[in-house]
Amino acid sequence: MNALTKHATRTAVSVSGLRKSYGKKVVLDGVDLSIGEGEVFALLGPNGAGKSTTVRILSTLIHADAGTASVMGRDLRREAGKVRAMIGVTGQFSALDTLLTGEENLLLMGRLRHLPATQRRARTAQLLERFDLVDAAKQTSATYSGGMKRRLDIAMTLMGRPRLIFLDEPTTGLDPRGRHTMWQVIRDLGAEGVTILLTTQYLEEADQLADRIAVLDRGHIVAEGTPEELKRRMPGAHIRLRFADAASLDAAARALRDGTPDEDELELRVPNEGGIRSLRDVVARLGDDVAVEDLSIHTPDLDDVFFALTGNPSKQQVQ
Amino acid sequence: MTALDTLAIAVEDSATMLGRELKHTLRLFKLLFVGAILVPVVMLLLFNYILGGAIGHGLGGAAQGAPYIDFLVPGILMMTVAAGSAATAINVCTDMTGGIVDRFRTMAVSRGALLAGHVGVSVLRALVTTTVVTGVALLLGFRPKASAWDWLGVVGIVVAFSFALAWLSAALGMVAKSAAGANGLTLPIQFLLPFLSSTFVPASTMPAGVRWFAEHQPFNPVVESMRALLTGAPVGDTAYLALAWCGAIALAGYLWARAAFSRGTR
Repeated sequence: MNALTKHATRTAVSVSGLRKSYGKKVVLDGVDLSIGEGEVFALLGPNGAGKSTTVRILSTLIHADAGTASVMGRDLRREAGKVRAMIGVTGQFSALDTLLTGEENLLLMGRLRHLPATQRRARTAQLLERFDLVDAAKQTSATYSGGMKRRLDIAMTLMGRPRLIFLDEPTTGLDPRGRHTMWQVIRDLGAEGVTILLTTQYLEEADQLADRIAVLDRGHIVAEGTPEELKRRMPGAHIRLRFADAASLDAAARALRDGTPDEDELELRVPNEGGIRSLRDVVARLGDDVAVEDLSIHTPDLDDVFFALTGNPSKQQVQ
Repeated sequence: MTALDTLAIAVEDSATMLGRELKHTLRLFKLLFVGAILVPVVMLLLFNYILGGAIGHGLGGAAQGAPYIDFLVPGILMMTVAAGSAATAINVCTDMTGGIVDRFRTMAVSRGALLAGHVGVSVLRALVTTTVVTGVALLLGFRPKASAWDWLGVVGIVVAFSFALAWLSAALGMVAKSAAGANGLTLPIQFLLPFLSSTFVPASTMPAGVRWFAEHQPFNPVVESMRALLTGAPVGDTAYLALAWCGAIALAGYLWARAAFSRGTR
């Protein structure tokens, strides 16, 4: 499967045979990845799958035990300094200086990126504006809400105009509004052509944001492809029809032979290939005579993905 | 990139980190300075007024006819430097246990800059706290007999000793799991070593075992050099011994801190 997308002209991240263990616990057991420049790539997996470890290795924080990895054509081990100059990292836990104000945090990043003073100030003002932090600019970041902290965190990451950004569970711990703001931020960055590697536990998030998804399970990549390709491989998607009585259920089950009736719940589950077309087909086959009390569409979640790909529900990996 | 560019960037990054730590110090002003000034001042009051009468009497020849406060203050000043260890260790630990250090590590920042910033500001803090404590001592009747050159030597010892203790405290802050733990690790530096030296009474008056320890631990030559400079007595070889100790502690602290910093990358 050649899944490189339209943008990909050059390789931003190239990883092969990456291994990492802590004592006897194997965290990464031979991970291969290839991310094209300009792609938004999601690493999807439950807790303990090795997502953060992968990001920590690729962002030069820790060394792998084995395997090779290069970022923007630079070897991670031999040219770590050059890699660091091109990347930006926002982790799960805020990496702010809580004693400094939002503005001071950004200026500090500018200094450490060795930007000239005028650029430093201009970019700080620009980022405060972009991330809706102008009003809070002069307050110490310790007083910020979770969403504000995450926005400042991303703004600090962007200070050096990185060509590749690692986002480790960027929406974990955010409220729904904060999550949607963050999704928009990620979409905007993707539209600007920045390469993004994000990790997430949520299939929906990967589906919404990523050009390509790799599913990580216990240190292995178990599937890789575009969101559409992956969803096609999931048997979990179905339409659920509920009826008022057993007679209606019987009639519906005769009309939709691929459905699975549940006599107790008076429900019929019909596989759904996805889209309006499939839904219209189901409704058409039902005809006008069968009274449906309720119709719902069940989309696969991470549990379904894992069950489909590994035969294990994801919860088994949660520690 | 030439070696000179690398050096220039290292200096620039260290200056940036020093500026950052200076801001922290100003924002935590009360927390950092009250501890580092109040404890030595309380010790000064306690020993000068409550215990000083008896000690001063007993000292006799050791004080060379000078009042006890003149014997006491040089030691109190070194205790003031030692009290600063807590702030250094706590601040380093706070950085290391927060997310910010991982951010610095993923940036092309000189590896030693963060620690250099901490150590630099620790020395500046020590200069401020010892100046304040000297001021209090003067108000209480401390009468130094130091010449201008002697004062220069005094400043030199404060810088050397605070530099050495800052590297050691930075290493302690690295290995500590929490800010409270970091503070705890510096307690021997803050209290045990000053008491088991000639800070308050001459080591020669102590029981044999303790005396041997007191005479061979780093605090002793540092305090005695300070005392000689401030009382106008000949300094002799003690100053070399003091500087050698400072150099050794600084080097050991630096190597330990550096090792602890890179241990985080496994």
